[in-house]
Amino acid sequence: MYRYDEFDHALVQDRVKQFSGQVQRRLTGEITEDEFKPLRLMNGVYLQLHAYMLRVAVPYGTLSSRQMRMLAHIARKYDKGYGHFTTRQNIQYNWPALKDIPAILEDLASVEMHALQTSGNCIRNVTSDQYAGVAANEVEDPRIWSEIIRQWSTLHPEFSFLPRKFKFAVTGAPEDRAAIRVHDIGIELVKGEDGQTAFDIYVGGGQGRTPMIGKLIGKAISQENLLTYLEAIMRVYNMHGRRDHLFKSRIKILVHTIGEEEMRRQVEEEFAAMQKDGPVELPKAEIERIQAYFAAPAYETLENDPDELNAAFEKTPAFARWVKQNVAAHKVPGYAIANISLKPVGGVAGDASAEQMEKVAELADAYSFSEIRVTHEQNLVLADVPQKDLFALWQELDANGLGTPNLGLITDQIVCPGLDYCNLANARSIPIGQAIAKKFEDLDRQNDIGELKIKISGCINACGHHHVGHIGILGVDKKGTEFYQVSLGGSADEKTSLGDITGPAFTEDKIVGAVENIVETYLSERQNGERFLDTYRRIGMKPFKEKLYAAH
Amino acid sequence: MPLIKDGAFVEDAWTYADEEGPLPEGPVIVSLTRWQNEKEALAARTAPLGIKLLSGEEPKEIAGDLDKFAVIALDFPMFKNGRAYSYARLLRERYGYKGELRATGDVLRDQLFFMHRCGFDAYEVSQRITIDGWKEAMDEISVVYQPASDGRKTIFQARHGD
Ligand code: HEM
Ligand code: SF4
Repeated sequence: MYRYDEFDHALVQDRVKQFSGQVQRRLTGEITEDEFKPLRLMNGVYLQLHAYMLRVAVPYGTLSSRQMRMLAHIARKYDKGYGHFTTRQNIQYNWPALKDIPAILEDLASVEMHALQTSGNCIRNVTSDQYAGVAANEVEDPRIWSEIIRQWSTLHPEFSFLPRKFKFAVTGAPEDRAAIRVHDIGIELVKGEDGQTAFDIYVGGGQGRTPMIGKLIGKAISQENLLTYLEAIMRVYNMHGRRDHLFKSRIKILVHTIGEEEMRRQVEEEFAAMQKDGPVELPKAEIERIQAYFAAPAYETLENDPDELNAAFEKTPAFARWVKQNVAAHKVPGYAIANISLKPVGGVAGDASAEQMEKVAELADAYSFSEIRVTHEQNLVLADVPQKDLFALWQELDANGLGTPNLGLITDQIVCPGLDYCNLANARSIPIGQAIAKKFEDLDRQNDIGELKIKISGCINACGHHHVGHIGILGVDKKGTEFYQVSLGGSADEKTSLGDITGPAFTEDKIVGAVENIVETYLSERQNGERFLDTYRRIGMKPFKEKLYAAH
Repeated sequence: MPLIKDGAFVEDAWTYADEEGPLPEGPVIVSLTRWQNEKEALAARTAPLGIKLLSGEEPKEIAGDLDKFAVIALDFPMFKNGRAYSYARLLRERYGYKGELRATGDVLRDQLFFMHRCGFDAYEVSQRITIDGWKEAMDEISVVYQPASDGRKTIFQARHGD
């Protein structure tokens, strides 16, 4: 993975010092909370319902075991012993004291981490595919380009006060695991005409109150033009994005208002002019320098399906179940990608205790070249596990509450913090997710249902990605009572779609039954083992709606 | 409003003209509207002329007239409104403006670094800023990744020996 050089270190150290000064000025009252707000936001410090919250960047979701241990240390020393992995592959601490934050940032800097640009109206942490580098058919490791974008966007002088926050996602594979079409800018690596990596650039996707699917604005942009092209998009947005209305200020609204054609025209015009002004140069040597950090680790020569694996399957059905559900194919023979679910039934999606973080770090050292990835679906991944070691790995995971075999199943949900933590919430999310998980706890039943992604947000801001849930659940407020609106058929993969609302919302005591009803309808309509999403796309809303509201 | 220029507080010789009525003596800064309405009369004055662009008034509106202005003031109606960062870079890098580029409006200490990088060289500061604070703001980040109007050597360049 990428390692800081002296320059990266210098910048982060400077920034820690700067922020310590800012905190000091706030604590002595030299600056007001209003003046402090944008400064703390640019360092990932939010004010939540109960306390300050610190969001730490995990660039493109990749962590070393050393970094993971530091995250555990911070959870233990400055928080309540746990942290929360987010949909943007970051980690969030919910209870740090403001006075401790400079010390936390020091600790992070010592392992090449920071909280820069994890909030505020700037370019946020770049997200990517959790299978980067190990997926069979990818063009190139997308983290190379994510890292280049991370550096270019860090403390960008022109784009630190955008109309609104700005999120990039990058994928190197045709299967989109990074939800690039619901990001402000989504980048897909493609092969250019010269056979070199080039970039398809989608602009104006997003969730929130007005969900939109990104439009393909730049086709096969070359490596040398990438940063200039991105800078052109950012400049068009910075100058023309609306600033008069919070809900209309994302780039998706600009693209929607002026249209895809006009957006492309403006970007191309700006891009052409920038090439004359002086493009953002990306030296070949710099690309190669960063590529070298993402070179494949020293894989052994191993066979697929080793005997010890098959023997373990026979002896331990629970292990076989976990492998079937949580382990994915690796591009190198004899290796596997192991997903660690952070969605135990009864838990909080994405939460991990300090002990669990340390355990995962230890297992990464033992079995996966000391590297860990965080997924946007709030799970963890060990990407390079020898198949012969899967059983030993699973035993350790299972003993530490990390072996839940539910990846992609109905209990593997994205759930926003909701009313339990968030001052914008209409309704609770976490208890609803837990109640649904409890209902479908039985693993045979979950397996029978198959891939089904439930995503839950406590309000229209859509932190829980409900628009792109196969089943989406949105908390709405009606005269002080919590209600839940349901949508079906959303998806965030390469065939991105936004869910359709079923009809009137459900009360808290009806919502679990409604989900069951939807699942039953699916099971009775399913053909040839198709997934829920395929059934929905084939038969549409009507049969679901009829059953759901039959009693009324 | 205190004015910082070339690393020191300086006497501000400029006055902002009203939208209409007689102009004050000496160097004045006019609005874009007034410039567009009274170009000839304004250009015929002997005292130096400046112009102020509000958020939404883009530099291309005055790109052909830059030699008429000794000062261009770009307004930050709120520090959160960052349009003028783009305007500044366009004036410096695309249109080749060499005169004073002044930040006006909600200009806070912690934005000075970004402003400087985008080509501003004068700041009407709205906050209790000291010269030490200004210097600190300029120096606290020692390395930069992106090329901008200040011509600083970037990290990419430093790494590869340009
Ligand atoms: C605790 C308090 C939180 C507050 C107050 C909050 C606030 C918001 C707001 C206001 C938006 C809408 C922004 C917009 O549409 O422009 C939003 C969107 C979002 N938030 Fe949060 N959030 C919180 C927690 C979280 C957490 C914990 C996560 C990750 C697990 C998260 C991830 C997201 C995502 C992915 C979006 C959608 C981005 C998009 O529009 O494309 N948020 N949040
Ligand atoms: S979706 Fe709404 S309730 Fe949930 S975290 Fe985001 S802002 Fe809060």
